Amino acid sequence: MSTQTTHPATEAAAPRLTRRQRARLSLGVQYALGIAVIGLLAFMTDWATFSAAFLRFDILERMLPRVILIGLVNTIIYAALAFIFAFVVGLLLAVMRLSSVAAYRWFAGAYVEFFRGVPALVVLFMVAYGIPNAFPGFQFPGDKYGMVMVGLGITAAAYMAETFRAGIQAVPKGQLEAARTLGMSHTRTMATIVIPQAFRVVIPPLTNEMILLVKDSSLVYVLGVTAAQYELTKFAQDFLNRSVNATPLIVAALCYLAITLPLSGLVRRLEARYAKAR
Amino acid sequence: MPTQPIPAPGSHAISIRNLKKSFGSNEVLKDISLEIEPGEVVCIIGPSGSGKSTLLRCVNLLEVPTSGTVLVGPDEVTHPDADLDRIRRRIGMVFQSFNLFPHLTVLENLTVAQIKVLKRRKEDAIATARLNLHRVGMSHKEDAYPGQLSGGQQQRVAIARSLSMEPQLMLFDEPTSALDPELVGEVLAVMKSLANEGMTMVIVTHEMAFAREVADRVVFMDGGYIVEQGLALEVIGNPQEERTQSFLHRVLNPMVIDAAEVIEAEELSTA
Repeated sequence: MSTQTTHPATEAAAPRLTRRQRARLSLGVQYALGIAVIGLLAFMTDWATFSAAFLRFDILERMLPRVILIGLVNTIIYAALAFIFAFVVGLLLAVMRLSSVAAYRWFAGAYVEFFRGVPALVVLFMVAYGIPNAFPGFQFPGDKYGMVMVGLGITAAAYMAETFRAGIQAVPKGQLEAARTLGMSHTRTMATIVIPQAFRVVIPPLTNEMILLVKDSSLVYVLGVTAAQYELTKFAQDFLNRSVNATPLIVAALCYLAITLPLSGLVRRLEARYAKAR
Repeated sequence: MPTQPIPAPGSHAISIRNLKKSFGSNEVLKDISLEIEPGEVVCIIGPSGSGKSTLLRCVNLLEVPTSGTVLVGPDEVTHPDADLDRIRRRIGMVFQSFNLFPHLTVLENLTVAQIKVLKRRKEDAIATARLNLHRVGMSHKEDAYPGQLSGGQQQRVAIARSLSMEPQLMLFDEPTSALDPELVGEVLAVMKSLANEGMTMVIVTHEMAFAREVADRVVFMDGGYIVEQGLALEVIGNPQEERTQSFLHRVLNPMVIDAAEVIEAEELSTA
């Protein structure tokens, strides 16, 4: 009882601010704090040294055009190959996970849990060094390209399987029933009615998966690739060692953004369109 | 269970014997037996939760009965070796929520099963589809997607989709319950014309005026049992059972609140 009576009293004692005044005060404090931090950083930084460390145009000039023709192109190829592998395996796993055969469900579930829980780099190492040792004489088709396709694709497949599963389960049960009442078998219902509808749902998350793969392709640099197989990170690292300057990293970052920003724009557009279609 | 005389194959359109269905411990259908003759139009009415939809869904085995048998024509649907895909082709079904395929056009909705299931040539499937779109007055929308149609139009297309498989009987599961009131009439009109053409129809509905006018027979269900059945005019106009009377009273006079009934219901729920 007593706490309730003191509450209005303290409020009356404090300076009376309307709700709008309080909001404005809070906003002002936040701005002031932000400007103070930026100002302090700007004051402490030696701009000549800073820009020399991150942005030297002579290094940029030396990187062009190979950073695009080799680095960027290889990054896209690695990511695309891994995406294709993950797409096929992921779809298969999703169908297995929804199967009526318990062994399939169990296998797909174990696969997903394992590869989602293990770092992509570890999996890539396992594929790159484990498989050639385990199967002597085995050669990945396309050498490093095949190796990366599997090594990155295996992990991505686990994530995609979950995406596909969610997409398939998002198709209303009535769709399945309508197809079955028309005399379609379960398999045919999946192929002609459920999966085509599931795809519409999963295109945005799949594009996100593609973005992640573009970034994960940077792991390829640990595999000891030849100069023609360099992707952006390895390419930048090479220049970093020679120039002792961070400019190559900035260039690589900009190249990554040149791929990933249009993809995220695409995701936003697809999501907006999908929201409207519903 | 003593073996009952099995009717001559094909003598009934549907023959349901001692059907029971439980969902877990909830027994929804408690010993239902019902026969439906070829060409007959039967409306199933009753309060929600009475098992009407479940009964309908047991006919084409969308729900698997706990026990009992269902025959559609000569085929025992409930037989473990029944070729359901083949039997279901002959049973059209119209759902409350239409369930058109949203990724296909109206015409494709009507042809996909004809082509994939009945193995018809595409031209033949399209011809059949157009014929049935004409029957339901939807010819002008064959290139539209379901999302572009009103509820009433979607339901008429759904009826045409079922008709395109040339079924021997049609099941309707509350076909107008999801529709705005002003769209109910167009769907009922299509169903009425189907009935007049001699289609065997089993309709779960709350449209009493439609049942009275179109149905040959009305079946009243409550609590998992068939409580009363007979000619539409008699069951709706002059119900014999008390439960039928109180249900019809409530449905036909929705604005009249019976104080005694409310009190009784409250006592039941607190008990």
